[in-house]
This record gives sequence, C-alpha cells and structure tokens, in this order.
Amino acid sequence: MCLAIPAKVISIQGQEAEAEIGGISRKISLALTPEARVGDYVLLHTGYAISIVDQEEAQETLKMLEEIAELSGNEVR
Amino acid sequence: MSDRILLAHGSGGKLGHELVEKTFVRALSNPYLSKLDDSASFDLSGRLAFTTDSYVVDPIFFPGGDIGRLAICGTVNDLAMVGATPLYLSLSLIIEEGFLQEDLRRVVGSIKAAAEEAGVVIITGDTKVVHRGKADGIFINTAGLGIIPEGVDISGSNARPGDKVILSGSLGDHGIAVLSRREGLSFSTELKSDVAPLNKLVAEMLAACPRIHCLRDPTRGGLATTLNEIAQKSGVSIRLEEEKIPVREEVRAACEMLGLDPLYVANEGKAVVVVPTEEAEHVLEAMRQNPYGKQAMLIGEVREEHPGRVILKTRLGTSRIVDMLVGDPLPRIC
Amino acid sequence: MEFCGGHTVTILKHGIRQLLPASIEMLSGPGCPVCVTDNADLDKAIALAHIPGVILATFGDMLKVPGSRSSLQKSKAEGADVRMVYSSLDALQIARQNPGKKVIFLGIGFETTAPGIAASVLQAEQEGLRNYYVLSLHKLCPPVIRSLLDSGEVRLDGFILPGHVSAIIGSRAWEFLARDYGIPGVVSGFEPLDVLQCVDMLVSQVERGEAKVEIAYRRGVKPEGNLRAQELMYQVFEPCPARWRGIGEVPDSGLQLGEKFARFNAELVFAPDPGPAVEPKGCICGDILRGVKTPEDCRLFARVCTPENPVGPCMVSSEGSCAAYYLYGQDDE
Repeated sequence: MCLAIPAKVISIQGQEAEAEIGGISRKISLALTPEARVGDYVLLHTGYAISIVDQEEAQETLKMLEEIAELSGNEVR
Repeated sequence: MSDRILLAHGSGGKLGHELVEKTFVRALSNPYLSKLDDSASFDLSGRLAFTTDSYVVDPIFFPGGDIGRLAICGTVNDLAMVGATPLYLSLSLIIEEGFLQEDLRRVVGSIKAAAEEAGVVIITGDTKVVHRGKADGIFINTAGLGIIPEGVDISGSNARPGDKVILSGSLGDHGIAVLSRREGLSFSTELKSDVAPLNKLVAEMLAACPRIHCLRDPTRGGLATTLNEIAQKSGVSIRLEEEKIPVREEVRAACEMLGLDPLYVANEGKAVVVVPTEEAEHVLEAMRQNPYGKQAMLIGEVREEHPGRVILKTRLGTSRIVDMLVGDPLPRIC
Repeated sequence: MEFCGGHTVTILKHGIRQLLPASIEMLSGPGCPVCVTDNADLDKAIALAHIPGVILATFGDMLKVPGSRSSLQKSKAEGADVRMVYSSLDALQIARQNPGKKVIFLGIGFETTAPGIAASVLQAEQEGLRNYYVLSLHKLCPPVIRSLLDSGEVRLDGFILPGHVSAIIGSRAWEFLARDYGIPGVVSGFEPLDVLQCVDMLVSQVERGEAKVEIAYRRGVKPEGNLRAQELMYQVFEPCPARWRGIGEVPDSGLQLGEKFARFNAELVFAPDPGPAVEPKGCICGDILRGVKTPEDCRLFARVCTPENPVGPCMVSSEGSCAAYYLYGQDDE
C-alpha cells in the first residue's frame, strides 16, 4: 500500500486540514502529523498525512534528479 | 403544476400532455415536434448514419455540463465520428417519480442549447415515469440520424502504417470533473467537463483533408481503449509519445489522488484522428482554428510491426505496452 | 528484490528493466497487501458483507479479488451493501450518517495504512460512535521479510525498501537486514528516477562489499520514522500471527485490535463463519509472491487468468506482479 502523494497544507481546522495538490484541494487528517503547519508539504495516504516532507531534502533530491535527467538527455517531469 | 414529477406525468393522460407541451415542445420547438404525431416523418436520402446511446451519468449536474448536454453531444459526436453531418435526434427520457420539475427544466434547457450549438433538431421523443427508487433520477436515450458526404470513408479499420495520430485536446477532463463532484474534491480553478459537440470541428477537418482515415471520440475507457480498438481493427500498431499527450495539471493531480490513469479516463469533447502523414499538418492547422481543437497535438504514429498493440514511449525513453481498459477503472490506494 | 507493489508498478510502468544492465535481476516480493490476503480472510469479509444491516466499507483494491466462492463486487451485485471508500475517514462518515446500520471497515494494508485506521478507531471512541467496526487484516512487513530470508528460497544481493511503510516505521526498522543477513537495503521513493537512484546505491554497496541500510527517499523518511503514527498504531492494535497467502502463517506479522477496543473488532462482534477456504487450482500466486517464480512461469497467466477474469489476487490487484506484468511487462521490443 504505497500510494502517497505530496500535498501542501493550506489551512488547518483542529486535527483536520485542507491540503492542495496541483490546483485541487481536499480535506485530510493530521492525526498522524499533529505538528504540521500551514505551508508544510505532507505525504498523503488514504486521507491521512503520514509524514512531513523535509523541504531541504526535497530540494536536494529535485536537484539531483534534474542532474540525472540532464545526463540522460531527458527532462524531469 | 406540482413541483415534482409524478407517476401520472408518464401515463399518457392530461398531466403527461401538459408536461410534454410545456416542458419539451415549448423549449425544443420545431415543426416536427410540434406536430406530435406518433412518428415524425421526413424525406432523407443519401448514405445515412444512425446511432443511439443511453445516458445514466451520476451526478446529473456536474461542472461544465449535465446529463442533458451529454445526451445531445454524445450522439452528435458518434455521428460526427463516421464523418456524418448530424441532422435529426430522438429524445427519450425515463424519469424517477419525485424528480424535481425545476431540475427537468434545467436539463431540457441544456438539451436545447446543445442541440442549437450542434445545429441538430429533436424531432421525436418519449417520456416515461417510474416508481421512486426504480431509476437514478433520470435516464436519457437519444438516437441520431445523419448523412455522410460523398467520398468520406472513415472507419476504425482504415489506419495504415505511416499514418499520424492526432489528439484534439487534453485528456480526462470529463471523467475527473464528474468523479470529483461525486467524491467531493474541490478545485481552486474549477475543472470543467469537456462535453461538447464536435460535428463542426469534424466538418472543418474534412474540408482540409477529405482523406481522414479514422476518427474516434475517446469516451468510456479513455484514449487507451480507443487506440487499442483502432490498432486491432486495422491490424497495425500505434506508437505514442507520453510527453506529447496533453493532460491538465489538475487532472493529473486528481488522477494521482484518486489512483487513476489519465489514459483511461473518459472524455466527452475530444477526438482522436488518424490521417495520412502528408496531411497531418493541414489537419492540425484546421483543428487549431476551432475552439474545440485549439490544443490539438500530434501524439503518435501508426506502425506495421506488432499489429494490435499500442506502445507508449515514456518520458524516460523506455517503452511499455498500453492495453485497453479492463473492467472498471477502480481507484487504487496502493 | 523490490518488496513493495508500488515499486513493482513503477519499475514496469516506466520500463526500468530496459535501462538496467543484464547483470542486475529484479525480483518482486510479497509487498502487495491485497495479494497476500489469504482466501480464508477475504471469505470472512464477504460473509460480513452479507449480514443484513451491515455496510461493508473497503478500499477499491479489494473489490474484485476472488475469494473461495465469491468477491466483494459479486456480493454487491447480489444485494450486499458494499461501498468503496478512499479513507477510513469516509467510513466513519458513513457510520455517522447511517446510525441504524453497522459499518464495518475492511482494514487492509501495511504499516503505511494501519495508523490511519487506528486513528479512525480512536476517533470513533471519542465520538461515542457505536456502529463502527474494523475487520483487521493488516500486516507488518519486517517479519515477513525475515521469514522469506530464513526460508532460504531466494538469494538476494539487495533490497529496494518500501518508501511509505518506512515513512512510518523508519529506516532503523530494517537494520536487521544488514545486521543479521548481511544484505544491503535502501529505502526508495516511487518516481522512476528514485528507483534508479536506489538501485545505484545498492550496487555501490555490493561493489564495496558493504551491507547497510540507507535512505534514498530522504524527503519522506527519517531513521526513526513517524513516532506519533507508530504510537497510535500500537495503542489500538497489537501484533498477532497472520496468514500470508503463499507463505503461510508468519508469527507476529499481523495486527489485531487490542482488548480495550474489542467492541470495534468485527471478527469478535460478528463472528463471521464463511465455511472452508478453497484455493484455485493451478494458481501459483504464492510462488510469485515469494519471488520464486515469475508470472510467465504460471500456466494460467494471460491465458485463463487475466485482469478481466482473475484467478488469483496477483492479477486483480493493480500492483500485483501478474497484473503489472500483464499491463506493462509484455514488451515485445
């Protein structure tokens, strides 16, 4: 069961939040990540945020993925 | 009139007549319909095209359209896809007892607008009312008649190696608009269904290139299913380039959220065109002049080897097979 | 070996095998919670669905999986109230909206999913919701990997570790691979380039003769994982023996509701009795799940067993090896 997608927390109401991905927003639960703040990116799985995305690591990974892509002559999605 | 549809409205009596006159004939007025004979009669000759479809979409009203618009466009497009000029439609409704009159008027309003846009006339119809619980609000069936101009020979079995494959616009808009309304996904920029009549677009394409080989609208089962059908019927393979296939960001995001693949999501206002390679540019140009073809893209080509297969070249440069839709596209969470 | 079905899909969907040298062989493991659900357990869920007054809420993945005699989808066609949900939160809502019905949530999934289900049980308790139940078929990953390695059936040089399970349990939970078995493991994300990076890191370890657990998916996974999620999971659930299809019973590899939450336990409350479980003849899902055979080794694959007419769960689940092979892997080029 591995499908989890990164979403941005745009508002918080108690243990619930409104999260946004690519222009779509959905209500999610922060029960597993109560420390999440507005503006954080979380990994969303079956309606729950399971992890807060480490922004620094995400940026580094993105850079690295871009490098790999450049080497192979492709564009990163 | 009561504010809801009653069983009596479908029993052929006074209430039924009133409903037909006030709600249907008045809105869709034309000489055939106003006669209200048991059958509409008219003269028509040439190579005819005839099609029928039933519409059971849930929810009835969705962003960008409703079951009424869908019922007209779906049938008009089926005629357009064989190159026919759509002319006459029949309109048959099965309404659940208790359906709101106001909703019915809204649906009929959409039917009227869509028919006018497409330039077709609804010449005959029927209304039945069933007990509460026996229909999902409203079911609609339309059948359509059209004429195929001389020299036009469009069929799923006409694709030839070397042909180019063109898609008229972004994938998945309709399926996701409907599903999102059902699942309570809200969009910050509203994602609308693409439901639209494509007959004028097709007429313009044919004017630019009478030798179009295949035309299909990728409805249920999505682009993947449609292309597989063409590949199998024509005994060829189709090679697609993932990068070239237009998908709106919101549709992509919704598909990821719901565990769906845009290649399999329904479209109601898009066309897939297979044309001889030397005509591809002309057709693309003609398509892009029409509001429903603005985003037309060349997405692939037809090959001889591996007949019956659709092969996708991924963004990574690797390739994989795209099969037709198997069963229902069940959203996955895995 | 890639353990997780999501990785199998990424690998096949993006043709990653085509990019790897012939010296690297990829095996798919039993990381598809749908595929490893034992027939007997699915039969229980189907039996529950047929109880009058019950609404069975399930993730879409389980609807078409064939049990011994039926499936949840078939049960729905026969009149059982089976509803597809995207989240246990949806099931809670169904329970609130249908006070006269008993809503049973089919709990499938590994450590990625179980904490969310645990949260839903706690929520139900807090609200005093009396008509919400869970049939827990949840499973834990590390014990089954141990069991696989102990069986000695497969020789592995490295593990592509599940990214989102690890987001919950942390990379530390996998250290036993390096420590007890000398096999390197790297936690990977699910983009195709993530998987390639992971394979690269594994190959580097193998070349250097190292065996440690590393995280490639740094943006989502920490060494300690998500402690709050682990806390909630073990507040509501406790480990129990579980039957893994094709593997058999693995001790401490399942999750059952703890005693304090007995009143939410669908198995205890409803005691479903579906009759004896039957395994489909000729189906080698078990061997495929253990990485011992590939879908192409199966006599039924693509002939009798197709996504339209699946015989075993490996074909039904969209991340099952057979389904993934069928849809993406039969590449003639």
